[in-house]
Amino acid sequence: MAERIEGRGRLDRSRTLRFTFDGREFTGHPGDTLASALLAADELAVARSSARGRPRGVLAAGAEEPNALVQVEHPFPDPMQLATTLELFDGLVARGLAGRGRLADVPDPARYDTRHAHADVVVVGAGPAGLVAALTAARAGARVVLVDENPEPGGFLLGTDDVLDDRPALEWVAAARAELATHEDVLHLQRTTAVGSYDDGLVLALEKRTDHLGAAAPRNLARQRVWRVRARHVVTATGAYERPVVFRDNDRPGVLLASSARTYLHRYGVLAGRDVVVFTCDDAAYAAALDLAAAGAAVRVLDARPAAPAAWASRCTAAGVPVRAAVVVTGTLGTDRVEGVRVADITGGAVGTGGELACDLLLVSGGWNPAVQLFSQSGGALRYDTELGGFVPAAPLPTVHVAGAARGELGLGQALRDGERSAVDVLTALGLPAPASSLPRPPRGPERSPGLLLWRVPQDGDGTEEFVDLQRDATVADVRRAVGAGLRSVEHVKRYTTIGTAHDQGRTSGVITSGLVAELLGRTVADLGVTKYRPPTVPVAFAAFAGRNRGDLYDPVRRTAVHAWHVEHGAVFEDVGMWKRPRYYPRRRPDGTTEDMDTAVLRECAAVRTGVGILDGSTLGGISVHGPDAGEFLDLMYTNVMSSLKVGSVRYGVMCGVDGTVLDDGTVLRRGEEEFLVSTTTGAAAKVLDWMEEWLQTEWPHLHVHLTSVTDQWAVFPVVGPLSRAVVGEFAPGVDVANDAFPFMTWRATEVDDVPVLLSRVSFSGELAYEVMVDSRYAAAVWERLVAIGAPHGITPYGTETMHVLRAEKGYPIIGQDTDGTVTPHDLGLGWAVSRKKVDFVGKRSFSRPANLDPARRQLVGLLPLEAGVLVPEGSQLVAAAEIPPPPVPMLGFVTSSYRSAALGRTFALALVAGGRARIGEQAYAVVDGRTVAVEITSSVLVDPEGARRDG
Amino acid sequence: MQLIECPWCGPREEAEFSYGGQAHVPYPADPSALSDEEWAHYVFFRDNTAGVWAERWMHATACRRWFNAVRDTRTHAFLATYRPGDPSPDLTAAGTGAGRG
Amino acid sequence: MSTAPATGVPEHPALLWRNPDPKPSYDVVIVGGGGHGLATAHYLAKNHGITNVAVLEKGWLAGGNMARNTTLIRSNYLWDESAAIYEHSLKLWETLEEDLDYPILFSQRGVLNLAHTLQDVRDSVRRVGANVLNGVDAEWVDTAGVAELCPIVNTSPDIRYPVLGATYQPRAGIAKHDYVAWGLARRADEAGIDLIQDCEVLGFTTDGDRVTGVRTSRGDIACGTLALCAAGRTSTLTDELGFRVPLQSHPLQALVSELLEPVHPTVVMSNAVHVYVSQAHKGELVMGAGVDSYNGYGQRGSFHIVERQMAAAVELFPVFARAHVLRTWGGVVDVTPDASPIVGRTPYENVYLNCGWGTGGFKATPGVGWCLAHTIATGEPHPYNAPFTLDRFVTGRLVDEHGAAAVAH
Repeated sequence: MAERIEGRGRLDRSRTLRFTFDGREFTGHPGDTLASALLAADELAVARSSARGRPRGVLAAGAEEPNALVQVEHPFPDPMQLATTLELFDGLVARGLAGRGRLADVPDPARYDTRHAHADVVVVGAGPAGLVAALTAARAGARVVLVDENPEPGGFLLGTDDVLDDRPALEWVAAARAELATHEDVLHLQRTTAVGSYDDGLVLALEKRTDHLGAAAPRNLARQRVWRVRARHVVTATGAYERPVVFRDNDRPGVLLASSARTYLHRYGVLAGRDVVVFTCDDAAYAAALDLAAAGAAVRVLDARPAAPAAWASRCTAAGVPVRAAVVVTGTLGTDRVEGVRVADITGGAVGTGGELACDLLLVSGGWNPAVQLFSQSGGALRYDTELGGFVPAAPLPTVHVAGAARGELGLGQALRDGERSAVDVLTALGLPAPASSLPRPPRGPERSPGLLLWRVPQDGDGTEEFVDLQRDATVADVRRAVGAGLRSVEHVKRYTTIGTAHDQGRTSGVITSGLVAELLGRTVADLGVTKYRPPTVPVAFAAFAGRNRGDLYDPVRRTAVHAWHVEHGAVFEDVGMWKRPRYYPRRRPDGTTEDMDTAVLRECAAVRTGVGILDGSTLGGISVHGPDAGEFLDLMYTNVMSSLKVGSVRYGVMCGVDGTVLDDGTVLRRGEEEFLVSTTTGAAAKVLDWMEEWLQTEWPHLHVHLTSVTDQWAVFPVVGPLSRAVVGEFAPGVDVANDAFPFMTWRATEVDDVPVLLSRVSFSGELAYEVMVDSRYAAAVWERLVAIGAPHGITPYGTETMHVLRAEKGYPIIGQDTDGTVTPHDLGLGWAVSRKKVDFVGKRSFSRPANLDPARRQLVGLLPLEAGVLVPEGSQLVAAAEIPPPPVPMLGFVTSSYRSAALGRTFALALVAGGRARIGEQAYAVVDGRTVAVEITSSVLVDPEGARRDG
Repeated sequence: MQLIECPWCGPREEAEFSYGGQAHVPYPADPSALSDEEWAHYVFFRDNTAGVWAERWMHATACRRWFNAVRDTRTHAFLATYRPGDPSPDLTAAGTGAGRG
Repeated sequence: MSTAPATGVPEHPALLWRNPDPKPSYDVVIVGGGGHGLATAHYLAKNHGITNVAVLEKGWLAGGNMARNTTLIRSNYLWDESAAIYEHSLKLWETLEEDLDYPILFSQRGVLNLAHTLQDVRDSVRRVGANVLNGVDAEWVDTAGVAELCPIVNTSPDIRYPVLGATYQPRAGIAKHDYVAWGLARRADEAGIDLIQDCEVLGFTTDGDRVTGVRTSRGDIACGTLALCAAGRTSTLTDELGFRVPLQSHPLQALVSELLEPVHPTVVMSNAVHVYVSQAHKGELVMGAGVDSYNGYGQRGSFHIVERQMAAAVELFPVFARAHVLRTWGGVVDVTPDASPIVGRTPYENVYLNCGWGTGGFKATPGVGWCLAHTIATGEPHPYNAPFTLDRFVTGRLVDEHGAAAVAH
């Protein structure tokens, strides 16, 4: 049985932690993982396999664990945690998983954030190789980031009783840690796993800050933090994973990787069994055998190699550990836990007869798989090492280095030397002198003898009980079947069998699968390769990657300078791009009820057409186009001529893409000989600036023009309606607002209480209107002044909805609503704004393509429902006949805008209709909820077609 | 995520940049003289090299300047960046010139 | 200990395909052993009795975008031309399992395309209307309807971009990509078609306006007709053949979570909040991330795209906070200027092109295979692929899904 033993383990035994697993209560100590605490309680079976429901136990002691997946239920549901890396805390409630985790049905209260770090070198892994690499680089004055997944540094040393300089190796680790802390330019992060290695030295690392504290986690700390480390060089010192061997019933609880059992002993003070069989193809298992024997277990070693390594064998003999060579384990005995093993002789790859051995623990070692995930993700090529039976870096990358066991340098002395070598390589590349070598002295141990490459113990049977990927319940039979089906690529075999698709990405199964396929096909592992490693190296919570970019920080909110006034006056807002715009201002009635949108908008519309209204148009994009060639530049960007615009005047302009479709529209105001102020639609401001800059910089760099975004600098308030002249006249007494003195499409500069103000006579409603433009810093005061002056005239604030109705009544399109990416100026009836005189402008050549000359193009027209009260939903499709034939039904076009008009006393719409202008006067049918609504096709201008109202 | 060498600002995170497609595709001197097919090739057709080619980028969140880069589309690695008007380094078979970058 | 085992994967057939060596000559050579190439081969045999066919794959069968896509199947496209070919494809999907006698796990769980702005709503109503008139099942559902169909979507009015409603296509769904490819491959192989892997095309031999053969890493192969189904790699082939195609190849990334108990009953897409997610049969969340901006053949993208994707996912699905990203990966998508494919004739008399599917390739698999097989067999485009000519970029008669319906994937 497995049990806790005294005198070993890096635990705080003075404290007891209580936890619940599968509904039963257990205890452990700080320093435990869930797996070690369960093992200490002799709980071998911790989960059921996903497809076959077989009991599964802990196989490993780290991230390579394929079996021990658990669901945390308290303090917060967390699916798919590894018992082997889950640090124990008081109050933990967890259960074993059979494949599927459970998400909480309540929001996660934890916070997550992101940090950036920049370094000369980032070292991944604080085992001996990584520590030496970090120390060496730090001593040379390099900026170093050292990340390691464990709670404390030491790597595999934490799971051994190795010595350095004749003292416990962990004393050297402690000294190294202390020295690193003295270097100012070293950032040392434990509980931090490098999850991805990307271009140009970008390493993403996940720091778990409070997971080990459970419910006691301080609320002010982010639970996890994603570090984006950008380093000139990367050293991956990520070690190696021990590989199992496949045999019958190799999935029974009580089968552990040999070195993991050693880790449970030294790091967690858990002796995983009293009666132990060690089955190995590799030297490393001998250390485990000796350590477990020293801790009081009865241990036997079965070495599959023809001869056991002599030095290890004599040590075993001295320790009373019998060693048999040329013997394999062919199966396990027992039900829910190992009670014995079947063994057999093996000679020349042929398995002979054998017998049974009783035991309560089987340790397995099939060799080592270097942890090359990060190197491979960095674009590094891998090479199959035939001696190691694993994949190692084929050739170094210029800035991604691999040190220690991660490149197949097994053994403590090798790791130390290789760590130093990697740092010297980095320092040389950085042009920094390497410090004098001062490596600790490793103990003299037996020379490493070659391992035996044994993927699977050869044996009869259908292979359905020989497990390759324990998490996916995939067996030798599955691999055979895949190859028999004609599959020749390991990627196909992976998909057919699902091997390597679980959380561990095949750490214990990938190379074995390649080996098995190679044997079945008579090919080499080198030839087949291994399936691709993909980031992240360990699973990362969605929320950790999301960081703070949630809620209001998901996308910045833009508000105008008058936003508070709008809120105070009950505006209902609409998202337009990133902006919050008032959509309408419902009034509260004396009886306590509030207007609905239709009522509010009809009221606002009527107020503007009969009195005066005011709109916050500050979200419109503003671009200052400045320089001697500004006019020439705008002539190229707009379809119409801008260079002829007089200072003091304003012109409407349309802008197209190269393909001739409308990109944006707006007014262009000439402020001076060399300065134009361009307005854009709210959502397109950034796009239009990008577009202009692209052409200016890349195509016409000879033009002397500067472009500046002034959207946020200007507040813009259209004061609109027949009474606007009175309001603006009083607001700006320095300006003669009479029509003759201040005609349509001109602007005037003035000052109001020493504040510079620009007035512009443009109209998006057909009414007499003055746009009041002012520096945003004065916006609130100017707005309130206008509202106060307008009060006796009944000035009515209105929102985007009323603005839309008023412009639609005049047939003015909104780019992005009445257009999609296929509409030309001609389609909109804006042919008048397309210059025939200019030699060229962006988009011009596309107007003469065959498709542009097609009379059946969709054109913007008006629609009047025959039944005056019917509002056709925006987006409705139009068809030719009242009866809808079976599909496919030809469509004439669709409704782009649709409103109730106070001015018309009825509903109306705008639509894009095939050959629409030629159909004016005809009838068509809008399809609404499967029925048709008759509409008359009209001109798009329905209110004041003569334009009599614009001058008041 | 790459580190892109802006010719004005130095190396910066990729997320600061916007992409502009193939470089050195000049706007036609006289579009009206082109056939529909020739015009379509300017508007819609770009090389789609699997390998080293020249392309345009803009440092959108900083200096907002356009520049050109030579990059290997197979590895995504940048081989060089250079200012508009500067000739394309000899790393590529792409033509040189000031037009459209 | 939980004892209920998760559902296993279906049993695969004992034989998928032979692994023949290439013959010296074939009536039809298809370059590209992805979903489209295999579907074309299948329908050449099934519909037209043409079986002296080779499918040449430079790597392993269906190892490109077919192995990397997020398996959404829908037909609710805006334009008549797109709706027609995708709806044809969806109808084929509905009987594909029987046709292939393969458990492709086709699951019609519906797709919601969320609307977050008033313009999204207009565009949605427009698309639903067009879909219905084109015979595609579609409906507009309001916010409450979204909450009913997918309770885990955050339909609160307090989020940054509240959900104002959605379009819903009930017949949309997902399938298991590998199984689809293998089912098609098995049928083609049974019909005698040679599926030739590790066979990279190195060049072509031509005679005037005909291509007479293909030079490959496994020798020269003569062909009567040549069909290019190479997705992101198309340009390298057309460059070799000396004609231009308006394609740009970009990285497209995707990711999966660990296996989770059923939580997400449908498929949800949102453009404003860049999310595209379904839950696959075994229980993993499958998410499409955005297309990287730059050209790239590296089958990987930049990480900030995935980070943004995660922020959007948690914003819209708060319960996903503690789901874990298990694997991320990238494919190469070939994108046209109007986000519609090119399927049909080329300047060569006996060469047919099929490319430019962008993010829409998987759902089109049976449909395009059917139409391309028709085109190859008869020499005339099928009515469903007839609009998708190379010539449309010259005339300007685009099928502009990109410009008109801002619907990705």
